[in-house]
Parts: sequence; structure tokens; C-alpha cells
Amino acid sequence: MGHPYIPNTREVRGQMLKEIGVASVDELFTDISAKIRLRHKLKLPGPMSELEVKRHVRAILARNRPFTQILSFLGGGVWPHHIPAHVRELVRRSEFLTSYTPYQPEASQGMLQALFEYQSMICELTGMDAANASMYDWATSLGEAALMCARVTGRRKFIVPALINPERFSTLQNYVSGPGLELIKIGYDSRTGQLDVSQLRKELGQDVAGVYVENPSYLGFLETHVDKVAKAAHEAGALFVVGVNPISLGLLRAPGDYGADIVIGEGQPLGNPVSFGGPLLGIFACRDEVKLVRQMPGRLIGMTTALDGRTRGYVMVLQTREQHIRRERATSSICSNEALCGVAAAIYLASLGPRGLRELGEACAASANYAMRKLRAIKDLKVPIFDAPHFNEFTLNCDDVGMSVAKLNAELLKRDIHGGKPLRGEFPELGETSLMCVTELHTKEDIDRLASALAEIAG
Amino acid sequence: MMANYRQARWAGDALLEPLIFELGKPGRVGYTLPPKLHEQLRIPKNLLREKLEIPELSEVEVVRHYTRLSQMNYGVDSGIYPLGSCTMKYNPKVCEELASLEEAAYIHPYQIEDTAQGALELMYRLERCLAEVAGVDRVCLHPSAGAHGEFVAMLLTRAYHKFKGDGNRTQVIVPDSAHGTNPASASMAGYEVVTVPSDARGRVDLKALETAVSERTAALMLTNPNTLGLFEDEILKIAEIVHGVGGLLFYDGANLNGILGKARPGDMGFDIVHFNIHKTFATPHGGGGPGAGPVGVKGKLEKFLPVPVVEFDEKRKRYYLDYDRPHSIGKVKAFYGNFGVLVKAYAYILLMGAEGLAEVSEAAVLNANYIMRKLSGTKGYELKFDSSGPCKHEVVFSVEPLKRETGIGAKDVAKRLLDYGMHAPTYYFPPIVPEALMIEPTESEPREELDRFVGALKVIADEARRSPDKLRSAPTATAVGRLDEVKASREPILRWKMYHKHRA
Repeated sequence: MGHPYIPNTREVRGQMLKEIGVASVDELFTDISAKIRLRHKLKLPGPMSELEVKRHVRAILARNRPFTQILSFLGGGVWPHHIPAHVRELVRRSEFLTSYTPYQPEASQGMLQALFEYQSMICELTGMDAANASMYDWATSLGEAALMCARVTGRRKFIVPALINPERFSTLQNYVSGPGLELIKIGYDSRTGQLDVSQLRKELGQDVAGVYVENPSYLGFLETHVDKVAKAAHEAGALFVVGVNPISLGLLRAPGDYGADIVIGEGQPLGNPVSFGGPLLGIFACRDEVKLVRQMPGRLIGMTTALDGRTRGYVMVLQTREQHIRRERATSSICSNEALCGVAAAIYLASLGPRGLRELGEACAASANYAMRKLRAIKDLKVPIFDAPHFNEFTLNCDDVGMSVAKLNAELLKRDIHGGKPLRGEFPELGETSLMCVTELHTKEDIDRLASALAEIAG
Repeated sequence: MMANYRQARWAGDALLEPLIFELGKPGRVGYTLPPKLHEQLRIPKNLLREKLEIPELSEVEVVRHYTRLSQMNYGVDSGIYPLGSCTMKYNPKVCEELASLEEAAYIHPYQIEDTAQGALELMYRLERCLAEVAGVDRVCLHPSAGAHGEFVAMLLTRAYHKFKGDGNRTQVIVPDSAHGTNPASASMAGYEVVTVPSDARGRVDLKALETAVSERTAALMLTNPNTLGLFEDEILKIAEIVHGVGGLLFYDGANLNGILGKARPGDMGFDIVHFNIHKTFATPHGGGGPGAGPVGVKGKLEKFLPVPVVEFDEKRKRYYLDYDRPHSIGKVKAFYGNFGVLVKAYAYILLMGAEGLAEVSEAAVLNANYIMRKLSGTKGYELKFDSSGPCKHEVVFSVEPLKRETGIGAKDVAKRLLDYGMHAPTYYFPPIVPEALMIEPTESEPREELDRFVGALKVIADEARRSPDKLRSAPTATAVGRLDEVKASREPILRWKMYHKHRA
């Protein structure tokens, strides 16, 4: 009997064994001592036919309620957006999908060129000069950015805002634990939520490697004083790192234009499904300065020519930074990355263009604005808790309702609405607050439905 | 044997498909959006963007451009892809279909657990499957890739020793045949890397290892089968030496495909194991990623695993995410892992079952041995280490004799293989083999394809003698000819605007 994924039948394998003078397949495993040879069959489900596998996996997944079936207002680091059909179709082209890292560039020009285009578009979006071909996600990009700041400046402190996603902060802690960098959290203006620039100035000394802010912030408001933050960081000789949701950058100024040296972010919303939080796409870009680019982590694709000097082509460059050449002295251990998510981002950006990305940004911000207006009008809800401009996420506080966010969300769920992410565990000082997200997926009617449900629950 | 392969090549003025920036025209759009609400936005002027220079194309042009690019890319679906240590096996299509379902792709990680029971159950079940395959107690599904898993393993190692009050373990031992990610990951986690040599049999030199270990040893990182495709047959002794000084044993799972259902790292004495889901468990590699690199541990390390861990509440019959783990190292990335990839891996395990996975290893190991025996004896290629016994999933030949004879080395041979319509093996790795060709056929190749591959390598050795220039100028059948990699790194052009400036 043959096997669909193992072309050589047992009969053919028997002939092959004979041909190479091996008596049985067991003889090929005699180098594994009897003491450690597995004596039992692995206890695993299957084997199943393709049809049975489909039934089985579908039955498990049917216990999920996707946001195509319930009205969801979740964001907080990954954001649901419409993915044009052709983006999904193109990234599933099996020539892209089933290729490895382009170690043979001549046979892998398609992937290399697509990644070069991704890098180029990320540079345009962020105002940076060099972007790598991807990191694992935003959180690990942040970890790598802090390490890079320390390598470039030779300093050991890294500053972050107190209102950072705690999961991202925890990842950062793990990334900087190797060289033992010190992390400092800067507080926020209690009215606006924005970074306390005077506290930042006090903390900035000759020992600070980098200053990090997020724009839009984790809680959705914009950091409007970024020019001041950049200036303060640079005056202290520190690098300025900015984290972004790239969807905002059709509308918002490129961080490079307000002084960022390194820009990171979560590229998932650029044409990649939310997929329960992975795979994601870590954006990582920096200014074109030798001391920065040569300290970058991850893979970089560059343009070159064939040996004829004329035909254009693409290859992986500056590989001497990387683990397969530099081993323990590499800038990072990253090897496999999220390349195909980067290709999706390139296709997505090329499809929207500057006009589409602007319109999309405006649509998200406008809908969020509408949602904030509607919800603010509901008695006992405070929306948002911070007085600052917001992009497409905002906070909702229900302290005065006398109900926890968990209870509020449970009530919403009864009406087939998924509320925002509860923040109590993360920032107890913010009380019963949740983080809401609105994108182009939400219609006016959706938002009205949320508002009337909340009015009913709170009232 | 004729080299009559021809890869697609779409060419514009620069003799290759234009860059997307060189296509399109102002005003073209490749999207539609519903009408937006009319709202007064409060975004201050200093934060508003003035211009954005990305291309403007219609959907038609976008689709043609990326379809053309895909045609200039070689994947497993195009043909044999014998990259050593990369396990480029066939990726079943049904797995792709399942991961694309709305119930998998359109769920949010912060959903109330009651609305994500399916996702949690799938991860719970996959964890148990992987633990069984590797012989460990618990598995963390979070890491995004192999190197990420290694890094997490090193963080766990540190947490373990710290918990035991053993703060002086500053060194991690790595064999000279190890993947570069091993020393890089250890170093990222703050460890000093100590390299131990291989012996004449291509295995860890036990004497050197005995000398290298001490009360400062935190762990040994080992790939087994190793990168020469050889099983570390003294693994029990190795484990004894490392454990004897209080160190941990980490298993690099890159080569697990060679021992599935035959032996398990956990039974060999390994304390921490990582998996390359995109290798062993047939998820596509996507031209570099996304993959997944789960980490398995023995019981004594369980409490240090990243949060959250998926648990099952027997009483309430529901799955939940457990964050209440005081000894956890915390987070190593956002959320819970590359779920989209994990769905495919779970489907693959169901398709194969225990019998299927064991058959995978048998077929993969046989294919590698078949190549080893069929090619050995060919003038120009030689096996540098122990060739008396079987290899496992891969075999490493040295092209040194051919190089000495003709000046043609591993790189030229590899490039010429592309002209025969076959992807090249990994070359110049592992570094302990001069002019290495590291060949991993996997179980996916039929015998005819193996014969064609071996045949091509034999013809190429002849070509090296008769017409070496043909090899030096190879490949000619790919979308572009041999590329100038030196120039590319001397003055790196990393984006379209740099190219523009460069040309001006």
C-alpha cells in the first residue's frame, strides 16, 4: 500500500535496501542503542484519512466563535481588518508558500524581490532608510530594539512608557535579561495618558541607551509630544525608538519625520489574519547609518546584479551580522522569521496605495470617533478615560455603573457582542476599564448596536 | 543526462520583472472600501502625514506582478529540495485549508475563553502529541521559530539554575558541528559559549566534553542526529557527563525527522527539547517563515515555562489559559504562539498517526542512505567522517577531492544543480567539513528523483573536468544568472529609493 506523502512504497523501499546492501530497514537504526530504542508505538491519534481529519479538526474549531459571527471590539496588539481576496490568494501561491529561506538566490528571485519591496514600503511608511525582512512580532522587535540600542551606544538603560502592554513589557524583560539591561518605566500625565516628558528628562542621563514610545499608544491615544521626546532623547545621546500600528501611518506622520532612529511595530494588520495571535509580523526599521544598519538583527535583502553587471537581482546581504556566519557573536539568533507575512504586507500595501491607506486610516479613526461619541453619551460610562486624540482604539470605564468589565462583557456576549479587553489586571489604577478597538469592519449600525446594548446593560 | 530545465523569467528593462515601484500610475487603486463616517478628527497637525510614496496600482497589475514573482521562485511543489537540516518535505494541502477556516483565522487571542474553546482544545491536544513524540512532560507552544525556541530554552535553563541557587553557571557547551543558532541563542541569553570538537567518527569528542564541563556548565546544546546526519550513539554517556556536573541537556529538534517513533530525546536524557514544526511536522516554510518552535521540558522545568499554559478543568469540562504560575519566566512573545501554523501541525499528526510518523523516519533515513551509497565511490566526492554505519535523515559529502582536482568546489556544484531543475543542498555547512554538501532528501522524494539527483551530481563531476567554466558560470537556467553577492554587501542597496539614488 502506498502513502500519499511517501511516494516510495514498501516494495520499492525493499528494492532500495537490497540495492544498497542493507538487509532490513531496522539495520538503518542499529546506531541507536537498544537502551534508548522506543519499544512502544507512540500514543498518538490517527492515522486518519483526509476526510476524517477535516471532520475532526472542523469539529474542534467549531467550538470557536470567530469575529465574523459575533460583533467583536477586540484589538490591543492585533487588529481585525478586511483582507482583500487577492492578497490571501497570492500569498498562498505554492511557489512562495513551499520555499525555504532563499539560500539559492538565483532560484528564489520571486521571494527575494517581494521581500525587497516589503522592506522598501516599510521604509516609506515609517520614514526609515532600512527595514529588515521581518521579526517574529512587535514584542520581540521591541526586545531586539533595546538590545540594538545597547550595542550601538554601549549604554545599559532603556526607557519605556508605563502604559505599555504588559505582555510586551514582559517579553522585553526576557530579551534584555541576557546582557542585564536596566528597564525604566516613565509615568504618564493623568489627564491625557501621554508620557510625562518632565519625568523623562529627569531620568535621561549619559547611561540611557534608548527611549521608547508607542504611537498610537497601547491604550489608543496619540503621543502628541513626540517631537519633544525625540529632542530630549537625542540631547542625552540616546536613540529614539517608536512602536507603531502601521495601519495608522496612511494618516499619521512617519516616525522618521519626528526623529525616530528605530521604528518597530506589528505588521499583522497589513493583510494578515488575526489567527488567535499568530503568526504575526514584527516590523523593524532604522535610519541609514553604518553603525545602525550593521547592528540590525535579522535578515536583510539587497539589490545587486548578476555577474554580467547588467541583470538586476536580489540576494540576502550583510549576512556577517547573522548567526550562521557569526555564531555567538551574531546580532541576534533569529533565522526563520515571518517572511510570508511580509509578502502579504507588501501585496496589501501595493493594493491600497497611499490613497487607500489614508482613506482606511481616516475610516478607522472616524468610526472610533463616532463610537466614542455614542458611548460617552451613555450615563455612567466614561469614554475614553484620557483626554487626548485617539486613533482607532480607546478606553471605556464603567466604574460608575457599579459593574466589572468582566460582567459587562458577559452581558454583551449574551447579545452576541464581544466587548473590549479588560485592563484591570494590567493597570489596577485605571479601575474597571476596557480597551476597545474599531476598524473598517464595523459599520455604523454595528456601533449603534453596541451603544444600545451598553445603554441597556448600564441603565 | 541533459540539463534542460528552464525556470520562468519575467523581464522588464532591467532584465528582470520591474519593481512594484516602477509599475502603476498615479490614481490607480487596487482596493475598495465602504463609505466612511463623517466625523471631525482631532488629530493634531504635527502628527498628520503629508505624503506617502508607495506604489499606485490596480488589482489586476498587483496580481500579475506577484504571480510573476511567484513563478520565479522554487518551492517544494516545484521539485526536490534537499537542503540539509531544513527538512523540506511535502506540505499536505488539507492542512492549509483547515488553517484558513474562519474558525481558525478569524479568532482573537483576547476572546473570552468560552468563545475560543476550540482553539484552546487544539493547542492542548497538540501539546500532548508533541510531548509524546519527544518523551517530555510539558510543551510550550509559544516560540515562533527554532532559534526562538532555543532562546527560550536558554531562559528556562537560567531560571532553573537560579531557582536552585546555582548562580555561577555561566557557560553553555556547543559542539563545533552545531547550527549557528545554538551559540547565538545561548549568547543572547547571556551565556558564554564553549565549543567542543567532534571526534574522527563525527560525533561529540567525549574526552573534550569531559574537559569542558565544570560547575560552571549551565547546559549542553546538542542536535541528534547531528548535522553530519550521524546519530550521537554515545548519548547516554554524554548525558551522564553533563548531568554529572549539574548541567542540563538541550535537544535541538532540527533533525527530529530522522528518529520519529524510533527514539525520543526525553528517553536519551535530554531535559529540554525544541521542535521545528515547519520541518518535522510538514508546515510550509513560506520563504523564511512563519514557522513554529515549541519547547518541551521534563517535569523539573515545567514551572518555569512561559505564561499562559493551556489547562483543562475536569470539573467544568472546559479549557483555560493559566497565568497563575509564580515561577514562570513570563512572556517570550505576544499571545500564545503561531496558532495558524500549529493547526497545520496538528492536522498533519492526525493524518500520519504513530505508524505514519515512524514510516516517515524510515523512508527519510532510507532515502538519505540510498544517496550516500549511490554517490559514494564517485570520484570527486567523499565522506569525511564515519561511513561504516548508516546515516540518519541526511548525509554530508565533501567536494574537496573535486576541488583539488579541478578547482570546482561545493558552491559551483550546488549552482550547477539548479540548472538540472533541482534545488541545491546546503553547502559549506557544517563548517567542520571542507567543501560540504549537506543533503537531506526527506521521505517525500520518490526513488526516480533520487536517481536523477545522484545522476546529476555524477554528471557535474564530469563537467568539472571537461568544461569547468560551465560550472563557474552556472546557473543559467534560473530566472537570473549567478548573482554578485560581494557587491551586494559592500554597498548595500536595501530599498527602492537607495537604488534610485545609487543609479543617479
